[in-house]
Amino acid sequence: MSESTKSATLEIVRETPLLQLSMQQAINRALGEILDTDDRALIFGEDVGLLGGVFRVTDGLQQRFGANRVFDTPLAESGILGTAIGLAMAGFHPIPEVQFDGFAYPAVNQIITQLARMNYRSRGTLPMQVTLRVPSFGGIRAPEHHGESLESLFAHVPGLKVVSPANPQQAYHLLKHAASMPDPVIFMEPKARYWNKAGVDLAADEDIASLEGSVIARPGKHATLIAWGAMVSRCLQVAELAAEDGIELEVLDLRWLKPIDEAGLAASISRTRRAVVVHEGPHTIGLGAEVAALVSQSCFDTLRAPVERVTGFDVPYPSGDLEDEYIPNIDRILFGVQRVLEYRRG
Amino acid sequence: MAPRALAATLDTLSTSPADDAARGPARLLDVYRMLANVRQLDTSAVAWQRQGLIPGYAPMLGQEAAQVGAGFAVDKTRDFVFPSYREMGVAYTLGVNMVDYMSTHKAIWHGGLYDPVASHFAPFQAVVGGSVLHAVGWAHGQTLNGASLGGLGVGLAFLGDGASSQGDVHEAMNFAAILKAPVVFFVQNNGWAISVPTEQQVAGGSVAARAAGYGMPALRIDGNDVLAVLEATQRAVAHARAGLGPVVVEAMTYRRGPHSTSDDPGRYRTLDDEKIDGGEDPLRRFRSVLVEQGVADASFFDKSDADAQTRADEIRDGVVALESRPGSEMFDFVFQESTPTLGAQARQWREESEHV
Ligand SMILES: Cc1ncc(C[n+]2csc(CCOP(=O)(O)OP(=O)(O)O)c2C)c(N)n1
Ligand SMILES: [Mg+2]
Repeated sequence: MSESTKSATLEIVRETPLLQLSMQQAINRALGEILDTDDRALIFGEDVGLLGGVFRVTDGLQQRFGANRVFDTPLAESGILGTAIGLAMAGFHPIPEVQFDGFAYPAVNQIITQLARMNYRSRGTLPMQVTLRVPSFGGIRAPEHHGESLESLFAHVPGLKVVSPANPQQAYHLLKHAASMPDPVIFMEPKARYWNKAGVDLAADEDIASLEGSVIARPGKHATLIAWGAMVSRCLQVAELAAEDGIELEVLDLRWLKPIDEAGLAASISRTRRAVVVHEGPHTIGLGAEVAALVSQSCFDTLRAPVERVTGFDVPYPSGDLEDEYIPNIDRILFGVQRVLEYRRG
Repeated sequence: MAPRALAATLDTLSTSPADDAARGPARLLDVYRMLANVRQLDTSAVAWQRQGLIPGYAPMLGQEAAQVGAGFAVDKTRDFVFPSYREMGVAYTLGVNMVDYMSTHKAIWHGGLYDPVASHFAPFQAVVGGSVLHAVGWAHGQTLNGASLGGLGVGLAFLGDGASSQGDVHEAMNFAAILKAPVVFFVQNNGWAISVPTEQQVAGGSVAARAAGYGMPALRIDGNDVLAVLEATQRAVAHARAGLGPVVVEAMTYRRGPHSTSDDPGRYRTLDDEKIDGGEDPLRRFRSVLVEQGVADASFFDKSDADAQTRADEIRDGVVALESRPGSEMFDFVFQESTPTLGAQARQWREESEHV
């Protein structure tokens, strides 16, 4: 979609009154609509029933749709994903939840060796319409394994698609879109943003194309910050601060981590000619490396500086007291911006 | 929840504990003192969370008898405990430094700051069922090392009813039985895994019953009777120590509090349910026993409770004084032998975050 149509859509959106929803409410609403319209859709996982999930994302759904459609499973993530696969083979559309990102690890065997390959193995006869919801990333001072960034792991696996919304509007529409896709999608919900409210236009989903690829969260001309999930709002803060010094940063919200919107990246960076990728996950073989490679390839002639990466470190996600040292903060992102702006060839 | 099939399974263990001093009055008083300590620290920790001293805590209210009873059966010179995240009472009984233990709840260091090797208590860890296989491996190591005088060191895995659903736990039981490893699987069946009741978690209703399928003995006991727990765990440990293989102990208890300080049990159970299912408070029960036996009187209980309060206050002072670890420690413990890349990242972190 061209820039001009995008801003035109924005104009229309502003005329209709927006619902103020938190991301947790927006996802809850989307899940309700999916269950309503797709009678093959099922929601299951740990504590998703009566409790409504530890983040209350599935609040009220079991009461509304019954315990056949929304149910608690025994405490076993491999079991959750493995049975999701079997249910998909039986023609259902499972939308399982793992309670926290770090507890997707016990399910990784089923996700990688089975879920991601069933379509391929069966020569397309056993599609896996499975949407795995994963409360993701850090920022809530939680115990160990309650704040991990698994996008590089999942995006590396052939057969999985990966998406992460940055705000309630996206969460609502991207989830509905993901759940309608005939392939497995890992839906990474930035848990640090669950409670932030923003306007949601429920009717804006007519245009499927607008739900694919990346979006420009803020236009600018001196450099592009590339981010997803909770880092988008942090980059918007950085752009706000930089603007006070006359530096206009563009913020590109990648949204889809697989497939990555190569054209969207190229379009932005061929204009700004400088790029900084920001992510919470560890640096080495993080998704930033892939983004940097794509940008170097598409924008080699126009780039004014090597693509910078501001990321988590190659360390296990630390305890709450140290998480602000680990997650890219405003200062560290500004240092990255400074490096691309001050870079001189030769 | 009434413990079922209690007597039937006890007979399967022929060994009796070497140390029968547990029945002596001095030991009984020690057990009560520890129950009081644990109850007080647990209650205090919930208050600390409300006061903002710690961001979160998983109370073990109601499980004191299960944890202290089991802890007293451990020989901390040669056994090794593999906990989850709710085993504060086991840690306290084993003599783990409780300020260092509580540091994990202050979000200072995930595994806690205590020394697991010196404490014979593996790092605090949050993955449900995650450490159960480690107990099996460690225990098999004891077999490979050969028994010293008095038998093998025993690995004790602590897990919940929820954890018993994990594939890893089933694998652990099978490995242990195949290897004849000196392991005790100590299951605290507290009726709940967050909002999911045991009936929806454990098919067949009993984790102990699964042991038969793996060809190992099991004891299903009243986990709120501290002496029953102590005796059963001692017997299980003695069985494993003698090289006779693993044992499952399923202590039937009740999580009287919320899953954690951020949980709201009102969403999935009523106060009436709690009152009925919780049964009699395990501390009160043990007090009655001590009074009936003429071992202790009100002044002893008052003194023990006051001492417990003093110790909890001391631990609180220690927790207040705990400072954040320097950010550089993020990099220090990733490897024994660090890498150039990590070194460079640590330098960059210092430059950008400490401005040096
Ligand atoms: C592998 C894994 N999945 C999910 C969680 C989230 N979680 C933490 S505690 C818990 C319930 C555990 O129940 P149980 O094993 O009975 O122990 P209890 O909390 O009752 O002590 C869950 C689902 C986790 N910590 N680890
Ligand atoms: Mg439990």
